[in-house]
Amino acid sequence: MLIDFFLHLKANKLPVSIKEFLALLEGLQKHVIEHSLDDFYRLSRAILVKDETHFDKFDRAFGEYFKGVEALPGMDALIPEEWLRQAVKKHLTDAERAKLEKLGWDKLMETFKQRLAEQKERHSGGSKWIGSGGSSPFGHGGTHPEGIRVGGKSENRSAVKVWEKREYRNLDDSVELGTRNIKIALRRLRRFARQGAAEELDLEGTIAGTARNAGWLDLQLRPERHNAVKVLLFLDIGGSMDDHVRVCEELFSACHSEFKHLEYYYFHNCVYEYLWQDNRRRHSERIDTHDVLHKYGNDYKLIFVGDAAMSPYELLQPWGSVEYNNAEPGATWLRRLTGTWPHAIWLNPESEHAWQYRQSTSLIHNLMGGRMFPLTLDGLARGMRLLSK
Amino acid sequence: MRFAGSETYVTTADLTLAVNAAVTLQRPLLIKGEPGTGKTMLAEEVAASLGLPLFQWHIKSTTKAQQGLYEYDAVSRLRDSQLGEAKVADIGSYIVKGVLWQAFECETPSVVLIDEIDKADIEFPNDLLRELDRMEFFVYETRQNVRARHRPAVFITSNNEKELPDAFLRRCFFHYIKFPDKETMTRIVDVHFPGLKPALLREALEVFFELREIPGLKKKPSTSELLDWLKLLLAEDIPPEALRSKDHKTAIPPMHGALLKNEQDVHLFERLIFMARQNR
Ligand SMILES: Nc1ncnc2c1ncn2[C@@H]1O[C@H](COP(=O)(O)OP(=O)(O)OP(=O)(O)O)[C@@H](O)[C@H]1O
Ligand SMILES: [Mg+2]
Repeated sequence: MLIDFFLHLKANKLPVSIKEFLALLEGLQKHVIEHSLDDFYRLSRAILVKDETHFDKFDRAFGEYFKGVEALPGMDALIPEEWLRQAVKKHLTDAERAKLEKLGWDKLMETFKQRLAEQKERHSGGSKWIGSGGSSPFGHGGTHPEGIRVGGKSENRSAVKVWEKREYRNLDDSVELGTRNIKIALRRLRRFARQGAAEELDLEGTIAGTARNAGWLDLQLRPERHNAVKVLLFLDIGGSMDDHVRVCEELFSACHSEFKHLEYYYFHNCVYEYLWQDNRRRHSERIDTHDVLHKYGNDYKLIFVGDAAMSPYELLQPWGSVEYNNAEPGATWLRRLTGTWPHAIWLNPESEHAWQYRQSTSLIHNLMGGRMFPLTLDGLARGMRLLSK
Repeated sequence: MRFAGSETYVTTADLTLAVNAAVTLQRPLLIKGEPGTGKTMLAEEVAASLGLPLFQWHIKSTTKAQQGLYEYDAVSRLRDSQLGEAKVADIGSYIVKGVLWQAFECETPSVVLIDEIDKADIEFPNDLLRELDRMEFFVYETRQNVRARHRPAVFITSNNEKELPDAFLRRCFFHYIKFPDKETMTRIVDVHFPGLKPALLREALEVFFELREIPGLKKKPSTSELLDWLKLLLAEDIPPEALRSKDHKTAIPPMHGALLKNEQDVHLFERLIFMARQNR
C-alpha cells in the first residue's frame, strides 16, 4: 500500500526516486517512528522531499492521500514476514516464545493478518488495528509490545494537521516569478549561462601539476566558466503581458554580463515580418524580421516570452494580425524562426492548466514542439535544462 | 542514541525526527533555512548531546572536495627535493589529512559538519558522492584505502546560494528550518536569557517581528540579531515601556542598529518612521 503513496506523490509531480522510497521503508523497519501519522508525515517529508519549494505540493498530496486516516495504513503489506519474525523473537521472553512457537509461525502470521483484516472492518479508518487485549500476541498488553506494535495513537493530535496548515505555500516554486523568487531564478539562469564552454588554461593547476611532477611542465586545462551562451529574447509586449515581460526583462538583464550575447526583440501577440528593439518607438523603428533571421547564427538560443493568447486567425490566416497587415500567417513566421534557431523555448506566464483551453496556446504549443514552459521558477529551470542539451 | 534538543538549543518535533532518522539510518542530513536559524549550531549540539567528537569543515568558494579527504603538499616536496632533503623519498610525509579522513579514523562514532556547502563550486557535492555513500576513499599517492571505522553522522548546511545536484540530494535527508514563530522564539530567547522580564520580552518580540515585515529590507533581522539587541537592551537597562507597541510606527526603537545592520535598511526604516509621523 505504501507503494501507492509513492506513486501518488509521483503523480503529483514530486521528484521522488525509488532510492528514497527504499530509505523510507528502511526507516519504518528500523523504528525511527512509532506509528503515528504525524511522525510518518515528518519522516516521509525528510526522506522524500529535498527542496522546501516542494513542501507545499507534498502537503497537499499527503493530505489528499491520507484523508480521514489517523494511523499509518499499509503496514500489513509493508512488514516483511522475516523481519516480523525477528522482531517477535527479539521482544518475547523465552517462555512466551515457547508458547507462541507451539502455535507455529505460519499460523501466527495467518492470525496476524486475519486480526488485521478484522480490525479494519471494525473501525474503518480508525487508529488501532491490532487489539491491545491480553491474549493477542500483537497487542499492547499481554505479550511484549514495542517490537510489533501496529497502530497506536499519535501523541498530539491537533485539530488541524501539520500538512493541512500549508505553511510552506509561499515557498512553492510554481508560483509566478516576482521580486521574492527572482534571486533564485537568477541563479538558475546564471548556471545556464555558464554551461558548455571551451577549455582554458588553468594556471594554478598547471603550477601544482608541475610541482607534483617534480619540475616537469604539466599543462592543465579546465572548462572556461563564462559567457558561453548566446540568447535571443523575443518578448510579447503591449496589453496584458506587460507586467510579466518586465519581470522577465529584469531577470535576463540582471545577468546580462553572464551571457556571451543577449539580444532583445519585441513583438505583439505573434511574430510577423517586423520586430522592434525599443518599445517606445515601436511604430517608427521597426526592424525587418528577415534581417534578424540572417543576423544571428544557429548557435543562438531563442526564448519567447508571451501568453500565446490571441485569435487563432492571427496564427493561421494571412492579414490576421490585430496590429497591422501581415502578408503571411503567424504560424509561418514561427516555423521560420524555430527552423533557424532550433534551440527554442516559449515561456508562458499563464498558468499551465489554462493552456489547453485556449486554441491559440495549444497551436503555439504544438508549433513549438511542446517546448512551452510556465514562467515560474520550476518552468524556467525545465526550459533552461532543455536549452542546454 | 537519540537526540531530543538540549538545554542550549531549541528544536521542533520535525527537526529532532529528521536528526534521529538521519543518525539511525546513517544518511547525511541536509539543513537549509534563513541565516541565523541555528543550522551550524545544530551539528555542535547534536555532537555535544550525544557525547561524540565533532569534525567541522567550513566551505569556501575555493574549497575542493579533495581537501576534505587529503591534500598532497607538492610544493613542500618540490622545495625539499631542491634542498636535497632525505624525506622526499617518502611521499607519505607530504600527505595532509582532511576533515573526513580524521573523522574516518576516529576511534568512536563521530559527527561531521560540512558547513555552507553551497559556497563551493557546483561540482563539489558530486565529487563527494562516493565518499559519503561508502565512507571510504583511496589515496593514490600512497596506494592506501581509507575506510571509516564508524560511519560518522554527517550534517550539511546550505544557504541556498546554489542549487545542489539531484544525485547528491537523493542521498541526503532534508530539513528546512522555518524561521521561528513567536512561541519558538520565546523559547530560544529563554535559553539565552533565562529570567528575562516577560514584559520586556513581549515588547521586544513585537518590535522584532514587525520589523521583519517591512517590505524591501535587504537583510531581515534574524535570531542572532535579536539576541544581540536584547543583550544591549539589558546592558542599558531599557524599560519595556520604551518599546511600547502603540508607538511602534512612529518611534525608532532604542539600539535599532543592532537589528538592522545594513545601512540602506536603517535608512529605509527611518524614512518609514518619519513618514508615519507626518501622517499622524
Ligand atoms: N534553535 C535555537 N536555539 C538556541 N539558539 C539559537 C537557535 N537558533 C539560533 N540560535 C542562536 O542564533 C545564533 C546563530 O545560529 P547559527 O550560526 O547556527 O545560524 P546559521 O543558521 O548557521 O546561520 P548562517 O546561515 O548565518 O550561518 C546561534 O549562535 C544561537 O545563539
Ligand atoms: Mg551557519
